[in-house]
Amino acid sequence: MFSNASNFVQGVDMAFAIIVGISLFFLITLTGTMIYFVVRYDHKKHPEARQIKDNKWMEATWITIPLILVLYMFYIGWEGFIPMRQAPKDAMQITAIGKMWKYEFQYEGNKVSDTLVIPINKAVKISLKSVDVLHGFSVPSFRIKEDMVPVKDNYTWFIPGELGDFDLFCTVYCGLNHAYMHSIVRVVPEDQFNEWVAYLPEKNADAENPGYKVMEKNGCFACHNTTGTRLVGPSFKGIYGRKIKVMTDGVARELIGDDSYVETSIYEPNKDISDGYPANIMQSYKNSINKEDMKLIQEYIKTLK
Amino acid sequence: MRKETKYVSYLDYEGQYKGIFGWIFSTDHKRLGLLYLYAIALFFFVGAILGLTMRVELATPGETIMKAQAYNGVFTVHGVIMIFMVVIPGLSAVFGNFFLPLMIGAKDVAFPKLNRLTWWILIAGSILAIASQFLREGPPDTGWTFYAPYSTKTGTSVIIATTAAFVLGFASILTGLNFIVTIHRLRAPGMKFFNMPLFPWALYAASWIQLLATPVVGITLVMLIFERLFGIGFFNPDLGGDPILFQHLFWIYSHPAVYIMILPAMGVITEVIPTFCQRRIYGYKAIAISSLAIAAVGFFVWGHHMYTSGMSEQARWFFSLLTFIVAVPSAIKVFNWIATMYRGSINLQAPFLYALFFIFLFIIGGTTGLILGAVAPNVQVHDTSFVVAHFHYIIFGGMGFAFFSGLHYWFPKMYGRMYNLKAANWGAIILFIGFNLLYFPQFIIGYQGMPRRYYDYLPQFQWAQTISLIGGIILFIGFFVMVGNLVRGAKKGAIAPANPWNGTTLEWTVPSPPPVENFDEDPIIKSDPYDYK
Repeated sequence: MFSNASNFVQGVDMAFAIIVGISLFFLITLTGTMIYFVVRYDHKKHPEARQIKDNKWMEATWITIPLILVLYMFYIGWEGFIPMRQAPKDAMQITAIGKMWKYEFQYEGNKVSDTLVIPINKAVKISLKSVDVLHGFSVPSFRIKEDMVPVKDNYTWFIPGELGDFDLFCTVYCGLNHAYMHSIVRVVPEDQFNEWVAYLPEKNADAENPGYKVMEKNGCFACHNTTGTRLVGPSFKGIYGRKIKVMTDGVARELIGDDSYVETSIYEPNKDISDGYPANIMQSYKNSINKEDMKLIQEYIKTLK
Repeated sequence: MRKETKYVSYLDYEGQYKGIFGWIFSTDHKRLGLLYLYAIALFFFVGAILGLTMRVELATPGETIMKAQAYNGVFTVHGVIMIFMVVIPGLSAVFGNFFLPLMIGAKDVAFPKLNRLTWWILIAGSILAIASQFLREGPPDTGWTFYAPYSTKTGTSVIIATTAAFVLGFASILTGLNFIVTIHRLRAPGMKFFNMPLFPWALYAASWIQLLATPVVGITLVMLIFERLFGIGFFNPDLGGDPILFQHLFWIYSHPAVYIMILPAMGVITEVIPTFCQRRIYGYKAIAISSLAIAAVGFFVWGHHMYTSGMSEQARWFFSLLTFIVAVPSAIKVFNWIATMYRGSINLQAPFLYALFFIFLFIIGGTTGLILGAVAPNVQVHDTSFVVAHFHYIIFGGMGFAFFSGLHYWFPKMYGRMYNLKAANWGAIILFIGFNLLYFPQFIIGYQGMPRRYYDYLPQFQWAQTISLIGGIILFIGFFVMVGNLVRGAKKGAIAPANPWNGTTLEWTVPSPPPVENFDEDPIIKSDPYDYK
């Protein structure tokens, strides 16, 4: 009766079904009683109300029964949850990194993918990290959800039991494109997985550049890329030495891309706005990027020709 | 010794100031009650329009009427207005101000001038909140929860919006303080705590939460502002801060805040049911004590908003257990309300109809809260539209419908006139249908995994979003029927007698509308508040 998409489906759905069952029982009984009383004791049929004294046994009953029921519901909820924090030691390790507004999955050997591909019937433990703000890691079909918190590492684990693609959602609001922070968990047979992971490319060489690291930590790549195409904001590619059209205080002008332009764009992003982009989307990074980091960023952007 | 005074209603009274100044400079708790009512009704209307805009945007996948940035601003502002400007002041500021002194036999609240200042603070805070929409940086886009570190990084007007919430917090603290002192010091001779009506009891419990919990969120928001202005690293990990700390501090207030809104709502329902059943309330003491129990235990359940934040297993265990315990006093109230209907003489008028709807919606809201409070099912529905549906059932289905119930119940006392009874019942029925159509489908797609705060969604969720939009439109029709009927009643309705529903509490012993100083002479209390002989 329960799907086998992951080893947690049964525990979660069972607890859910029991609580819904108890709730429905009370909803129907209480509503029914209420409607019965309203009809039966309508003032036209029943003009004289009977004043009924409190009965302490009655009160005691309807304190005790709900108390027992809620303790039971607490227990089954807890019971379904315990295994979610008991990852087996030999589980396969994958690191999931949340950044505005995409996921990156790191496999052994510094290999990265933006889709989470995993072999069926094998325990997978996923370390959850974030480089910028809070993100969520939610796979509804697997009944798993944990937050990705910067600096404070979190984790989740599961054993997938069905082949196929499953939606992965970000569930903690993370800004402009929160609703588009979506990926796929692809469960495949083990031999197919081994083949896939063998061909997975290694992390790009830029990743070791100190300037790149600063920018990644500050979430720059959420809105700007290094390939020359437009995201939320303009690309970092080929800024130095190029003529750039900007709007300064509502007046169009042209400037040449250099260190001071990069610095102004980071510390006072709304001063010179690149032509064709909206203002007030980006905030100043004056408090989070110091002068030394700024140098590193400038050196890195210079390499993007 | 009976003083012979000519009866002048509080509406007609002319004091030092005339016209509009006679209202905004008034210290009369009844006039302030109405001022709160008008302000909050206006804010509610703005918030509801924003809500409807969100439903229209979500009616189809992809862009429907606005861009993602605009949508993120709209749901933030909808939350800020509805939480801080409507539901938290809501019942206690409007009906608490108007009826607390009347129900305990007092001439006014303990500190009338402070009460007037509190209304001004609410207005000042609200102006700031609304201003945050129009500033150059654009509306805040953090959600009403202002979660760090996003709130420390976004370029939008977070500072002004949090300042607004900070200022509004003061209004809440001062109202709480005023009511606690009023209840302790100004009860009529002979009225002990345990023969005080149950609405004052509920206000008493809620006031303690307002007084004790609100400063926590105030400080938290100041820390956030300092972090943004001066780069002090409280919450941003890049500066050595802890983003989870923000969540703890925020929910230490914001969970009890749910009880600030729902306790007075339960209090209203507890007044309406005995009156329309013409029966003494069943389980008076159990209801009174359960209000205090909810307020006390409610301080220690905040962690259930953070189950997935990576908190320890022990913390999840602790918060889940207490969340289930706090459900019991709410259940006790429901059982007592229904028991009060047994062998009563029931008159199905609008206030009572709203109360019945309240009980139904509150059971759904409460039991879905059990699903959210249980750790394993929570994993599935946390941060999905299931949560959105759950808290709208509690806040709107609960607090909102209780507000409408109270409004129809006390309307003849407040205005001295009657509304059309049939139209009022129709308004209630339309609202009830629209409400369920709007929010119930969100439970289902929430369980299937539709995350909340999503501008766009996968096509499999569209059916529910469409039903929700239809529900939203029906809900708006219901508002217009209800408000139209009440406005017409206030202007042209039949003159209301002092006690149209045959209630037993003190507010029904004075003329409608009440005279400026409420009671010609101090009432002397000799019996239970719900004494139908």
